Amino acid sequence: MKPSAKDVRAILDEVLKAYPEKTRKKREGHFAVKDSPEAEAAASDGESACSTCAVKSNVKSIPGVMTARGCAYAGSKGVVWGPIRDMVHLSHGPVGCGYYSWSTRRNLAQGKPGVDNFVPFQFTSDFQEKDIVYGGAQKLEDICREVTTLFPLAKGISIQSECPIGLIGDDIEASAKKMQAELGVDVVPVRCEGFRGVSQSLGHHIANDAIRDHVLGKSKLPDPGPYDVAVIGDYNIGGDAWASRKILEELGLRVVAMWSGDGQLETMKLTHNVKLNLIHCYRSMNYIARHMEEEYGIPWLEYNFFGPTRIEASLRAIAARFDDKIKENAEKVIERHKPAMDAVVAKYRPRLDKKTVMLYVGGLRPRHVIGAYEDLGMEIIGAGYEFGHADDYKRTIPQMKEGALIYDDVTEHELDALVKNMKPDMVGAGIKEKYVFQKMGVPFRQMHSWDYSGPYHGYDGFPIFARDMDMAVNSPTWDLVKAPW
Amino acid sequence: MRQIAIYGKGGIGKSTTTQNLVAGLAEAGKKVLIVGCDPKADSTRLILHAKAQTTVMDLARDRGGVEELELSEVMMTGYRGVKCAESGGPEPGVGCAGRGVITAINFLEENGAYTPDLDFVFYDVLGDVVCGGFAMPMREKKAQEIYIVTSGEMMAMYAANNICRGIVKYAVSGGIRLGGLICNSRKVDKEYELIAALADKLGTQLIHFVPRDNVVQRAELKRMTVIEYEPQANQADEYRTLARKISENKNLVVPTPMTMDELEELLITYGFMDTEPEIAVTA
Repeated sequence: MKPSAKDVRAILDEVLKAYPEKTRKKREGHFAVKDSPEAEAAASDGESACSTCAVKSNVKSIPGVMTARGCAYAGSKGVVWGPIRDMVHLSHGPVGCGYYSWSTRRNLAQGKPGVDNFVPFQFTSDFQEKDIVYGGAQKLEDICREVTTLFPLAKGISIQSECPIGLIGDDIEASAKKMQAELGVDVVPVRCEGFRGVSQSLGHHIANDAIRDHVLGKSKLPDPGPYDVAVIGDYNIGGDAWASRKILEELGLRVVAMWSGDGQLETMKLTHNVKLNLIHCYRSMNYIARHMEEEYGIPWLEYNFFGPTRIEASLRAIAARFDDKIKENAEKVIERHKPAMDAVVAKYRPRLDKKTVMLYVGGLRPRHVIGAYEDLGMEIIGAGYEFGHADDYKRTIPQMKEGALIYDDVTEHELDALVKNMKPDMVGAGIKEKYVFQKMGVPFRQMHSWDYSGPYHGYDGFPIFARDMDMAVNSPTWDLVKAPW
Repeated sequence: MRQIAIYGKGGIGKSTTTQNLVAGLAEAGKKVLIVGCDPKADSTRLILHAKAQTTVMDLARDRGGVEELELSEVMMTGYRGVKCAESGGPEPGVGCAGRGVITAINFLEENGAYTPDLDFVFYDVLGDVVCGGFAMPMREKKAQEIYIVTSGEMMAMYAANNICRGIVKYAVSGGIRLGGLICNSRKVDKEYELIAALADKLGTQLIHFVPRDNVVQRAELKRMTVIEYEPQANQADEYRTLARKISENKNLVVPTPMTMDELEELLITYGFMDTEPEIAVTA
């Protein structure tokens, strides 16, 4: 059963009482309880439409509270650069950062591994003491030469800086420039040392800036057309980007670039020639979209391909930026898929109706999946971002229902205690949370990796999403496990 | 075994002073090891009569790691059995010289360079304690005593005061103490009084005033200490005296560093800053 707004406030107060006063006060600002529309209108100053949208975010985590955040290297190598399939992404520094982040994100890619697809690989410069003391420039250059020898079809190399690179001040920009001239492939230095910033978010920004400075605009689309678009911020988790691309093509658009799931360097270089940028993960790639808007006048549009309601709204919004042919196509596409979607809803909604969900995920999903859950009759009673900014919360809170709790950079204690007290029917978060909640007897789905399932995007994804949620919530396992309440 | 670290402003004469005083100790029959902690690797040339010895880090780079080294390859023996090792490190502007010092000292420790027969180990450390690596010799179970080489020049005194701040930090965690200031004279006015007063303010002593003498430069050109090059010279006796004073020194303190204002006041007191003409005020 869903707790009321008043209950949620009381639960939150109780949960925060566990902290020393200074910490409690700091953490308090990272929460909001969604008001009723009337209360919101009354509190509104007339300038902003959403009075409770201010959640403190994008600040340093408190030491000792067990945050789930990553680092700038994770944001650059793991999120933005890693999925580009025809480049070698070098984890530059000691071996651990690269090795333990190897193949953790499930961003699928086409091509033959080791020939024209390097996503399944892990490249590291494996720093030793001597590299720290004498600098890693020589080693970096040797590796670049080895890469072009061993993998002649690799279109480029990105140098993903680990912490020591920044500490010892290696001039990777000079090495990259020298190697690019010598080897004739793009070599991109990325200053994503893990200690920079408060979370992986700065890593996204740094990675975007590196693409802006070293990739974007370096090539030209040979045959530009009126329907050229780029998909920005879809990382092809479990094939998501392929499911999204399919719909856009059905709509009559030409997807000339994928950023960066199943992405290719060449098409990223010429993305400034498209007519419209379509953004799925706003948090990690709004920077490059804004840059293309300012520099090349290319408009951008946020869209959401989770669940039929959002897909339909997004298709109409995208089509509105094009001619009547596309607008008509949008209606045809919607019509064509409606029976299948209705069948999914008819099958699963009776099993999932009124079930409540709490989410704690990364860049876009805490808000983007709301509609998909609602299509199945489920309600999000709590949602939060690991590394969101104010603009994420402004986009999220208006989509939530009265009494929903919003939490930023939520700590392990907070999430545990909130789930125990708010008693959702399901929790969606990451691998670090999964077994904690399952051991509590709470159904759980990983919402970063889709729990090795997917895709969840698009018309292809929704039936899988619905099946997976049903599988989690209605598994007979949970009747055999006693929940602590 | 007494472990002693020599600090001081860059170019003040730490390496020259260290090697000359070590020669004095060796002449008196003491067993000494010098560990150069400076990528320039010039802490042992007067003892070894060599341009620059093979350093721990340079050999580790060639071989792939310190695990591939033998102690005998990087530890040389020079004048009167003085043992010498150099940390080595990168050219200016690349890599991390501080890490090189840490790695090299760890290597020497782990491979038994600090034998029980040694009376003294001297660490000759790069001028500015710019990062944790150059504070390595001050840490626990390393040097217990520090001597700061300085002169009557303002920046040398400023550096000495700063080094004292570092000593205070490590005195708490590692038990290191300041043994005194060594004045390597630059023939500045009232230099003796000035450094004696500085020592007093820092809560320590001016352990020895080493006068300026060109024989030091002549000996250096021959890659020798003064004691070896011209044992009868006055300057050789000065270094022997310094060696004896350090050998006998029991005055080990936690220093009391000054504020910048206090330091400037000291300079004014000794007539260092009063030569600056007042700017005339015209009506």
